Amino acid sequence: MNPKSPPMTGVGALPAMVPASRGKRSLQARRSRSAWLLVAPTLILLAGVAGWPLVRTVFYSFTDALLDAPHEYLFVGLANYLEFADGEAYGVLADPVWWRSVRNTLWFTFVSVSMELVLGMALALLMNQKFRGQGLVRTAILVPWAIPTIVTAKMFSWMFHDQYGTINDLLLRVGLIDAPLAWIAEPGLSMWAVVLADVWKTVPFMALMLLAALQMVPSDLYEAARVDGASAWQRFRRITLPLIMPAMIVALIFRTMDALRVFDLIYVLTSNSEATISISGYARNQMVAYQEMGVGSAASVLVFLMVAGVAAVFLRIGRFSEPREKQS
Amino acid sequence: MKQGARASGAKLTKRIKIMAQLTLDKLNKRYNDKAVVIKSLDLQVNSGEFVVFVGPSGCGKSTLLRMIAGLEDISGGSMYIDGTYVNDDTPSERGIGMVFQSYALYPHMTVYENIAFGLRMAKMPADEIARRVEDSARILQLEPLLQRRPKDLSGGQRQRVAIGRAIAREPKLFLFDEPLSNLDASLRVQMRMEIAALHRRLGSTIIYVTHDQVEAMTLAQRIVVLNQGNVEQVGTPLELYDQPANEFVAQFIGSPKMNLMPSTLIRAGNAESVVKLWNGKDLTVPIATPASAEGKKVKLGIRPEHIVWGEVSEAPYLADVLFVEHMGNETYHYLDNGKHGDPWVVRDASRSAIAVGETVGYRIPPEHCHLFAEDGKAYPRLVHSNGEARVGANQVQPVSFSNRVGATPIH
Ligand SMILES: Nc1ncnc2c1ncn2[C@@H]1O[C@H](COP(=O)(O)OP(=O)(O)OP(=O)(O)O)[C@@H](O)[C@H]1O
Ligand SMILES: [Mg+2]
Repeated sequence: MNPKSPPMTGVGALPAMVPASRGKRSLQARRSRSAWLLVAPTLILLAGVAGWPLVRTVFYSFTDALLDAPHEYLFVGLANYLEFADGEAYGVLADPVWWRSVRNTLWFTFVSVSMELVLGMALALLMNQKFRGQGLVRTAILVPWAIPTIVTAKMFSWMFHDQYGTINDLLLRVGLIDAPLAWIAEPGLSMWAVVLADVWKTVPFMALMLLAALQMVPSDLYEAARVDGASAWQRFRRITLPLIMPAMIVALIFRTMDALRVFDLIYVLTSNSEATISISGYARNQMVAYQEMGVGSAASVLVFLMVAGVAAVFLRIGRFSEPREKQS
Repeated sequence: MKQGARASGAKLTKRIKIMAQLTLDKLNKRYNDKAVVIKSLDLQVNSGEFVVFVGPSGCGKSTLLRMIAGLEDISGGSMYIDGTYVNDDTPSERGIGMVFQSYALYPHMTVYENIAFGLRMAKMPADEIARRVEDSARILQLEPLLQRRPKDLSGGQRQRVAIGRAIAREPKLFLFDEPLSNLDASLRVQMRMEIAALHRRLGSTIIYVTHDQVEAMTLAQRIVVLNQGNVEQVGTPLELYDQPANEFVAQFIGSPKMNLMPSTLIRAGNAESVVKLWNGKDLTVPIATPASAEGKKVKLGIRPEHIVWGEVSEAPYLADVLFVEHMGNETYHYLDNGKHGDPWVVRDASRSAIAVGETVGYRIPPEHCHLFAEDGKAYPRLVHSNGEARVGANQVQPVSFSNRVGATPIH
């Protein structure tokens, strides 16, 4: 074919198609480039505020740096985590207070997230019913969530006050107790005080997440189930629950992550009591109270590993349940 | 294989032949004590009957069906299934099966689980569940799909699963709420035939809601025409077509609509009446009218297929053709009628050579005329036959209809 001859119909159409498809590929490339451009600020920001500190924390966890002189350090290997010397174990993993804080954190997370799930579900089911003043209730329920944690903690510390607190007063009047309880000071009670405050604060979040999921379930499915003879409980168990499961898992991930990192509520409510100390509180103590930057970093790395591990487990559960529960 | 399916179908038929009679007595539905949606409705549905509720959008068809199902409270009146008062029974206690317009399949369950759900709720033994699911899957040709989820099915397949779910529970009463309205035209025709075949096979009582009059005409043994919460007329499809009780039914059943020509009754009579048409001409029709109606305004109804062409030179009426619609198998002509509402429609069962703008002559055969009083009520027609020329010799129904006319409940 002579390239200089004018293109014949049919023959000429063929070369014309090649640049067209090349143009498409470059369009795709351009689109992926603009996509990267758009996410770049976020990535840079994340690397700056999350990635870099994380790297530094891991780095310091292998040193003996002190908080007032972070530039003078020696590498100590894994000594901050665990080290055996003269037949004795040292390091975070050998510290009974660390293990106490792990137990506290897990207990706090499990109890408060379970209570939030149950109460949140109950509230969501209630709010999903049609009634007058629905909008008002949905807004009002958000108030505890909107209050800063410090304020919540301070509020509850007054409410739990052993002499002037409203909670003891209420329980005395109702006759459930004979003498005021030392909610904050009593080791057996202080964790419950923390849990109650946390539940009060975060149930609204759970309830609204679940409510949003409930509203996605078409109402005729419930009618079909009624025709099929399913009782109210069976409708909840066999229709509602499987269909809101994905959203519920997301809400649980959020709440569990939050609860595992708990610090401010406990710190303000019960200060540094060992009965309630969380893993974040432990890391903070090492770092700030004892000025042990290396040990504190090691504890922080362990906190990070724990939270990341739990997140991975949840995501795995979510992945498994997704094809089963996905809505059409 | 086909034979196997038929044999097991017969087995199922024998087992399912539990069918129920439904009686509605002055049924009422009010929302918020204000909006009355169903107004003192009486109806009797016989055992094994296929009844279709038809009516314009918002007339209360779904509400009525949902009241029968037990999904909607009954505000007043009573409802009986096989003579048992069921106002306060739950849907499953009433023994109904329902097919929803949206199918309402459980998205997280397979087809098998969808069909088995109601049986599991009834705590049926596992082997009985398996047998029933397989039976209904066989009837509806769902066997290859049993392990799929609803989202992996086509619209028609979902529809079949929804029906299968209702069948498996072997209900006394099947309720369908516009089950075909989400399907495309050809699938709708196919599913229509499948539902008709299903009714023949199961012999169960079916109440079917639709706003599509073609579905109503083709499926129903009896049609209930609803309008604003009232029953306008109950009757077999051809009864409604031939003997509409009022203007509403006359206009609602039949497509294109019946032509309504403004006229005046100038002579009443028991055997025939004379009306003066809108164009000033007189027409004697075999319709009985009371003497009290003489001189009153009436409407003369004539269906588009009943108007007959005539030679321009000798036909009694002339008109200009406004436009012509060619359907291929039939042709609609729209005739200029001056200022008397919609143009008259004339339907030809064949291709037509008549062109737009042409002047045509036509004739109104008196034996096909309907007469409606000002309030819309029909005067009784004395000729019930549908016109021999247009009824095929194999259609015996018109004869039996005319025998039964006296028993037609007219509301
Ligand atoms: N919850 C309600 N409150 C007040 N009015 C209602 C309610 N539900 C339905 N209606 C009214 O009842 C009437 C009948 O509704 P219905 O759904 O039975 O109509 P339909 O005949 O099924 O119509 P379509 O053919 O459009 O489905 C409508 O006018 C509707 O506005
Ligand atoms: Mg409806």
